[in-house]
Amino acid sequence: MKKSLTRRNMLKTSTAAIGAVAGAGLLKGFPAIHAADAPVIRYLGTAVNMGDAVQKKLFDDTGIKVKFIVKTTDEVVKTIFTQPNSFDIVDSEYFSMPKLVPSGNLLGMDTKRIKEWDNVTTAFTKGEVAGKKIGDQGTAPKKVMYLKGAKSKEFASEPTQYVTLIPTVYNADTLGIRPDLIKRPISSWAELLNPEFKGKASILNIPSIGIMDAAMVVEAMGEYKYPDKGNMTKEEIDLTMKIFTEAKKAGQFRAFWSDFNESVNLMASGEVVIQSMWSPAITAVRTKGIPCVYQPLKEGYRAWAAGFGLPSTTKGRQADICYEFINWYLSGWVGAYLNRQGYYSAVIPTAKKYMEAYEWDYWMMGKPATADIMSPEGKKLASKGEVRDGGSYEARMGGVACWNATMDENKYMVRKWNEMIAS
Amino acid sequence: MMKFLKLKPTVGLLSIPYSLIFIFFFFIPLTLTFIISFWDYNEYSIIPDFIFENYAYIFKDCLNFEKDICVTFKTYLSTFIFCFITWFFTLIIGFFVAYFLAFYVNSITWQIVLFLLCTIPFWTSNVIRMISWIPLLGRNGLVNDFLLSTGLADAPQEWLLYSGFSIVLAFVHLYTLFMIVPIFNSMMRIDKSIIEAAYDNGANGLQILWNVIIPLCKPGIVIGSIFVITVVMGDFITIGIMGGQQIPSIGKIIYVEMSYLQLPAAAANAVILLALTLLIIWIMTKMIDIRKEL
Repeated sequence: MKKSLTRRNMLKTSTAAIGAVAGAGLLKGFPAIHAADAPVIRYLGTAVNMGDAVQKKLFDDTGIKVKFIVKTTDEVVKTIFTQPNSFDIVDSEYFSMPKLVPSGNLLGMDTKRIKEWDNVTTAFTKGEVAGKKIGDQGTAPKKVMYLKGAKSKEFASEPTQYVTLIPTVYNADTLGIRPDLIKRPISSWAELLNPEFKGKASILNIPSIGIMDAAMVVEAMGEYKYPDKGNMTKEEIDLTMKIFTEAKKAGQFRAFWSDFNESVNLMASGEVVIQSMWSPAITAVRTKGIPCVYQPLKEGYRAWAAGFGLPSTTKGRQADICYEFINWYLSGWVGAYLNRQGYYSAVIPTAKKYMEAYEWDYWMMGKPATADIMSPEGKKLASKGEVRDGGSYEARMGGVACWNATMDENKYMVRKWNEMIAS
Repeated sequence: MMKFLKLKPTVGLLSIPYSLIFIFFFFIPLTLTFIISFWDYNEYSIIPDFIFENYAYIFKDCLNFEKDICVTFKTYLSTFIFCFITWFFTLIIGFFVAYFLAFYVNSITWQIVLFLLCTIPFWTSNVIRMISWIPLLGRNGLVNDFLLSTGLADAPQEWLLYSGFSIVLAFVHLYTLFMIVPIFNSMMRIDKSIIEAAYDNGANGLQILWNVIIPLCKPGIVIGSIFVITVVMGDFITIGIMGGQQIPSIGKIIYVEMSYLQLPAAAANAVILLALTLLIIWIMTKMIDIRKEL
């Protein structure tokens, strides 16, 4: 007897399906941690550096599972404001802190519970690399690191027990170039607006980061010296945007990009030969076999940094599991994984233990590779004999000029940026 | 009155699901958007208030005619131009494709097959589709290779990509289908005997097209036009990617404002965009009464 597709059966099945979906929806409302015995952490972030390998290793080592809530940088911030109980842990950038901390939605993180706290790189805690001060224009992590207390909505100027985020990953960004198409050395941010590259330049269309790159260029051209690039006055914003508007009208830019893949395509296709770029985008162009250099420039780098935060409602077992996760994250395996992607781990000594000596020499010491350098996924990134763009950790992070920032005049800046795009 | 009361239970029941969807997912969000457009905001929250600043901000400098045209007007002007050009080309192409499908293809199977062909642009994701234009129109793309090798041009033509041209091309490529479907639908309803009657009375092909077919296709044309115009008015992805992010769109301005949590400002922009789009549609429906025609 055939009864597989009667109307009644159809109804039954679909009702059951709807019920299941509705049930699943309801369950989501509860903190995942209490819902099951095997702890699951709802991880809100861009998750760009969290591959499957990390999850598997985490589960093997600690029995913790991670459920990703993947969003873009801006959406992560929005989610913290609007749905502060929809996640257990958040991976956020330091430059969002001036916006986020006054809302009181994040918990002050207790550094006493972090095993490796004393080993966190001084780039975060003191704004120093190898004992030397690095650039602190913009929202440098040390400015927004410490809180006056666990529930405080104010930053402390001196180190305290409580911090906004536990640092995890950071890097120094610069311009990417196509050396085969430019055919001469590039050494200054000013080259972005050099008429030689008319119609072959690009900058990213994300105002808060684009404005920093623009400021680096304006300063390199000798047009103006900013007291603080990361916190411009209205007049300074006007000046910066005027220079870029004129360049745009003169046809300097081939395109602007707002998506990581767009920047890869612009560069790989040769439509653009010089542009603002992120480190993994350079890797993506190179793995296609196209030469692309993350060019160190004499004015220095624009740096960014990220870390883990917890919602202010976290307590008890939920907090224990999150701290356990963070301690695992800083214990070295992930640090090595991040370093191999060209980022830097916040706790360097533990990461070193998980890297081969030749890898360490290439990524951190700036020495020529003594064997082929592979990405964590096993793709070849550099051949024997090659040196990392920008060299050693000390040379790159020591050369930081400014950090991604939230300005006091953010509203005005976004408006002026839109005007430039419309011009 | 009696009739109304009799009808009410069933009609009321039947309309409940749609009414609920309409109220919860359309009416309430839209009302909230409208209310929030009068609120104040700071870096991390929106503050209940009743201010006109968000609107004033949009039109700031717009009434100062000594300076350059303001960003808002410039953006709308550019959007209107894209709307008009896209509408024009989708209409011409869409009409003749529909005409061919309705009057020259007699088998229903072939009509379906050809229709499916028209949907090919929608088979790939937006991003992949946009990226695929680069090898065709780019500086080292196929078109430029052809122009250079045949000597039609002596330097790569840069206006092919990241320009107004490429935006219109992508729009027409995508949205012609939105014209084809409603126009085809109107054409299929035309009683063939009317065309025969016109022919018997001595009308030639052009006269039949102009005096019989086009007037009877008006509802399809208006519906297709509404689709195309509303989609282009609110678009920011196609304009963004095909214009190399160098050409403004209202959608992009709203998007940027939202990502910086300037929600009241974004709401104000959205309200203005909605009002203008509704105005255009209202004018179009004034030209032709769709309900009557259907």
